[in-house]
Formats: sequence, C-alpha cells, structure tokens
Amino acid sequence: MIGRELRLRELVRGMASIVRSALQEIFDESAYARFLRRRQLQTSPEAYAEFLRENEVSRQRRARCC
Amino acid sequence: MSKSARALVWVGVTAAGVLSVATIAIHRGEEINAMWLVVAAVCSYALGYRFYSKFIAARVLTLDALRATPAERLENGRDFVRTNKWVVFGHHFAAIAGPGPLVGPVLAAQFGYLPGTLWILTGAVFAGCVQDFVILLFSVRRDGKSLTEMAKDEIGRLGGLIAYVAVISIVVILLGVCALIVVNALKASPWGTFTIAMTIPIALLMGVYLRRIRPGKVLESSVLGFLLVLLAIWGGQWASHTPSVGRFFTLTAPTLAILIIIYGFAASALPVWLLLAPRDYLSTFVKLGTIVMLALGIVALRPTLHMPALTRFIDGTGPVFAGNLFPFAFVTIACGAISGFHSLIASGTTPKLISRETETRMVGYGAMACESMVAIMAVVAACVMQPGTYFAINSPAGIVGQAPEAAAASISSWGFPVTASDMHVLAQDVGEQTLYNRTGGAPAFAVGMAQIFSHSIGGKALMAIWYHFALMFEALFILTVLDAGTRVGRFMVQDALGHVWKPLGRTSWYPSILANSALIVAAWGYFLWQGVKDPLGGINSLWPLFGISNQLLATVALCVATTIIIKMGRPKYAPVTLAPLTWLVAVTFSASYYKVFDPNPRIGFLAHARLLASGANAAAPATARLIFNDRLDALVTGILIVLIAAILVESATEWIRVLAGRKQPVLRESPFVATRFAAEEQG
Repeated sequence: MIGRELRLRELVRGMASIVRSALQEIFDESAYARFLRRRQLQTSPEAYAEFLRENEVSRQRRARCC
Repeated sequence: MSKSARALVWVGVTAAGVLSVATIAIHRGEEINAMWLVVAAVCSYALGYRFYSKFIAARVLTLDALRATPAERLENGRDFVRTNKWVVFGHHFAAIAGPGPLVGPVLAAQFGYLPGTLWILTGAVFAGCVQDFVILLFSVRRDGKSLTEMAKDEIGRLGGLIAYVAVISIVVILLGVCALIVVNALKASPWGTFTIAMTIPIALLMGVYLRRIRPGKVLESSVLGFLLVLLAIWGGQWASHTPSVGRFFTLTAPTLAILIIIYGFAASALPVWLLLAPRDYLSTFVKLGTIVMLALGIVALRPTLHMPALTRFIDGTGPVFAGNLFPFAFVTIACGAISGFHSLIASGTTPKLISRETETRMVGYGAMACESMVAIMAVVAACVMQPGTYFAINSPAGIVGQAPEAAAASISSWGFPVTASDMHVLAQDVGEQTLYNRTGGAPAFAVGMAQIFSHSIGGKALMAIWYHFALMFEALFILTVLDAGTRVGRFMVQDALGHVWKPLGRTSWYPSILANSALIVAAWGYFLWQGVKDPLGGINSLWPLFGISNQLLATVALCVATTIIIKMGRPKYAPVTLAPLTWLVAVTFSASYYKVFDPNPRIGFLAHARLLASGANAAAPATARLIFNDRLDALVTGILIVLIAAILVESATEWIRVLAGRKQPVLRESPFVATRFAAEEQG
C-alpha cells in the first residue's frame, strides 16, 4: 500500500516536473538559463538584455502557425 | 501488460471508435451527445498513432535510434539543444496551435457536424499528421533545414522558389483573414475592444517587468499578465455599462481596420522585447490554459449537439459562405486536418531540439493529432448552439438583412427556428448590443464556448464573462499571429529586396525596417480593407483563399516528402504521401476553379465582378473598387494554381526520371554519425 502511494507520488512529481520543463522551454526560460551558463553570468537586467539581443533575430523569424 | 491483454485493449479501442464513428455517421433526425465526437476522435487518433504512424516509422522512414540528430551533432546551447521529448512535444504543439483549428470548423459547421468531423478525423490521421511527421524527420536528417531549402535541394531550384512565393502569399492572405476576423469580432463591442486594447499596455508592462524588474522570469510575468487580463475583462464590462467610456470603445469596422493596420505596423517596427515578445508569451499562456479548460468543460458537461448531421446547405447555398460541400468544406477546414504552415514549424525550431530520430513520431504525428482534437472541440462549440442562433450570428447582413425581425424570419424559413427576442436575450446574456451578422467564426465560437463554460461553472450569471473571455482569447491569439506574422513577412521581403539593393536587406537599418514594414502591412491591409468594405466579400471570399494558399504550402511539403521517399528507394511506400497530395490537388484545383469561374456571383470572383459591372451603380467609385478587388482575387487565385501546377510538374518529372533509372537519385541527407548515447538507447 505504502509502495503504491510512493509510486503514485513519484509519478505525479515526474509529470509535474515535465510540465514545468515544457513551460520553461516554451517560454524561453530554459534558453535564458543556458545562456547564463554558457556565458558564466549571473541574472541581471544587462544579462537579460544581452540574451534578448542574441535571440532577437531567431525569435523574430520564428514561424507562427495559423 | 501481456501481449493478449494489449491486443484486447486495442480491439476495445477499435470497437469504441467504429461504434462512435458509425453513430455520428448514421444517426439522423435526433440530437446526439458531443461525447460521441470526442470518443470517435480519441479512438481515431489512438489507432492512427499506434498502427499507421508505427508503420510509417518502421517501413517508410526506418527511424534509426542510433543515428545522432542535429541537436547532438551541432549542439551549441542556442538553437541546437538536445531536449526531453515531452518538452519538445509541448514546444511544437504550442507553435502549431493557432486560431485556424478554431475558426475553420465553426464556419464549416453550416454543412452540419458530420462533414467537418469526418474530414478532421480522416484528414488528420492520413494527411496532416503524416505531413508533420515526415517533414520533421526529413529536416532532422538534413541538419534541421527549412522546407524551402529541402525543396530546392531535393526537387530543384524552381521548387525552392515556389515554396518561397507560397510562404509569402500565405503569410499575406493569412494576416488579412486574421485581421478581418478580429474586426468582425470587435465591431460595435465596447467590452471586447476595451479588453483587447488593454492587452497592449499589459504587454508593454510585462516587457518592462521582464527586462528590468525580474529579468528572464517569463512564467512569473505571464501569470501576472494573465491576472491583469482577467481584470481587463472585468473592466470591459464596466466600460460597456458606462456610456461616457463605452462610446470611445464602440467602433465601426473601418475604424477598427485602421487601428489594426497601425498596430501591425507598430509591432513590426518596434523593438521585439517591448511588445511582440511579451504578447507572444501572454497569448501562449492564455491559449494553452483555455484549450485545457475547454476540453475539461466538454468532458464534464457532455453537451448535446443541436445542429443536424447534415444541413440543406451542402448544396452550396449556405449563408455563412457559398459553395458546395466539395471542395469548400475541405479548404475551409485546413488547420484541424492538414495545414501547410505546420511544415514550416516542423522544419524550423523543432528539428533542432529532437534528441533521437524515434521521437519524431511522437512529436510530429502526436502533436498534430492534439491540434486536430482542438478542431473537434471547435465543432462541438459551434454545434451545441441552436442552429437558428448559429446562422443568425454567422450570416452576413447582405444575405439575411439588417433588421432583427427580417433576419430571424429568413433563418426560420430555412428550417432553423429563431426569434428576434431569443437573439436579444442571448445578446443581453453575453453583454452585447447585438449578435446578428457577427461573421468570421470567432463570435459564434465564443458563444458556444461560453455556453459550455457557463453550464460547468457559474451558470447564466457568468455567461457574459465567459463570452468575453472567449472573445478576448481568440482576438489575443489572432493578434499574436498578426504581429509575429507581419514581422516574419517583413524579414522575407527584406531578404528578397536585399538582392535588388543591399541596404534594403539589412535587418537593423531603420529606413529599411520602416519601408518593408509598410510594404507588408499594405499587402495584408489591402485584403482587410477589401473585406471590411465589401458586404458580400470579406471573410466569405478570403477564407477559401487562405485555405487554398495554406494547402498549396502543404502540396509543396508533400511533393518534397514524396520525392525523398522515392529517392530513398522506397517507391512502393510513396502513396503514404502521394495519396494525401492527390486529394489536396483535387481540392485546391477545383476550389480555385469555382472561386474564379463559377457563374454564381456569391462564389465566382469574375461572376461577381460582372454582376457589379452590369448594375445601375457600375460607374460609382465604390463599385469600381469592388470590381477591381474581384478581378485581383481571381488573379491571385490563378497565380496560386499556376504555382501548384509548376511544382507538381517539376516533382513528377523528378519521380519519373528516378523511377525510370534515367537519373541517379542523390539524397541530400547529412551523413550517418552514430549517437554517443548508444548505450542509453540499448539499455
């Protein structure tokens, strides 16, 4: 019984983590985190402005569906 | 689960699918429950995914889990990133789910629920999902190349050029249609106009919040933005009940058209972080949340469909748009069944995130099945309304008349009873002055969605809030397509004009930004203005043009896919893409023929131009403009058909050369590199 509860809790936790990761990817939070890691920077208005500059062209060219 | 238990489950799914499709198809005369549509859809997608996509993966494409993807070979932490398959699935679904699967099925519901539902199910399983899946895989095998590049490499230079022209034309027509839907949804609606107007300062605030206050916290700022949007919906109610404020937001269609054109220009020319990016985030948040809520609402409420399976309008005399069931139902419903635009996404950002080839099946085929499910929900939202109400909302004044009593009498005479007082009460329930002649599909969808939501939560008291939430959701959705699309279109024009004079191609040179933004806005603004000014044109003539151009793009994608399958040495499996291609060609060619040459002025552009030219007001400037519009529409349609024909001829020539052994097939795939994660694969 306890084992089943644990498995269920693990399953819910896993699903929540995937949903959160998907949302972070959709909303570019993961891309920003990768940018900070790559450049070895701390988050700041300047770092985010630089991230936006770097991604501006690719974001603007991203097709949006009908 | 044992093999026999699994087999039993699939026998059960097949039985449930057959039973529900049979119920939908055979039932006549009595209303049916919407759950039959939901069960039929879920079973069709499950069977399509489990068996058909597996067959394509194993036999046609021979997916190789040991082959390194571009996300692994070219990983740069920016565009190329190995990503969890569920995360890529979410990313891909968020990109392909637009307003199309909501609006098209609502308009096509004039034929009854049956034609649209069957086309959405078969179209998605055998055409749309297949297109998205194969294009995604072929792009993964070519370093994430775009559709236009693949067309150039695999078919020829003409193929690439046509794909390029098709993309620009679809973008322009799509933007014109989208803008017109927003105008029709917001005209004389102070509540909706106020709420949508408020999303612009909310987006600007989010832009500043993201950049200055909490850098990079997009989810957090999107939640904040969403709460402010809810406040704006409430504020819209206040504005509509306060005459001194409401009159500023009670706008005519031409005024709204001008404002939207100005907005499109601003969104294209302003820095991306200020307006475009935050609105994009906000609309994605609202979009995903609303789709989930609608699905839950339908399952919880299990509403009854009041629309019959087939209406008398399958003969082509429909008030929502004129034209026979074939081909017009199949160009009106594009995105829920097959959308060429998806091939741009499947060969855009998604292939650069895929970790293993085997995941293209789930992402490509699976995400399109989910998109198709959204279209089924739109069919339900349109068909839960009383048919008389549906036709009163969606019929243009030119068909049913301006006066409420006259419109109600016309619609009732078709066998769909409705009274002026019914419509008045409904308009009051949703907080509108009138719901007559609100063409375009968005208001009808909003009424259907509000009915579903209000039966689930809040009852009639919350009907107006839900209606305006739905309206805001659609308009926000569509405006995002409009602003991002205008910017994408501006880049394309800059790329093209850069070949003529280099500075025009510089994306950061402000004179070029302004000139090219004006050019692209003028292109779609023309279609918008034409739709606003022409009482018989508008969405009626523009939506089929949109469907035709969207499916032209799907034709290009399926030509590319068929060419690659033949070059891979698997011609016996070419029908997997050749069959949907043949169907699309039949649909687009016949739809285009009718749109240009049909003698009925409600269908044929040239017949409409002749009717106007022979009328008493032929010399009036307004009539002359309408005649010009008709002739231009006919020309645009003709050009699209010539493009389809050219790409077909070039592709077929290539197939014949390869199959006859006159040409050695050369695939432009990137060479095989084994994945470093082979142990993970085998373990």
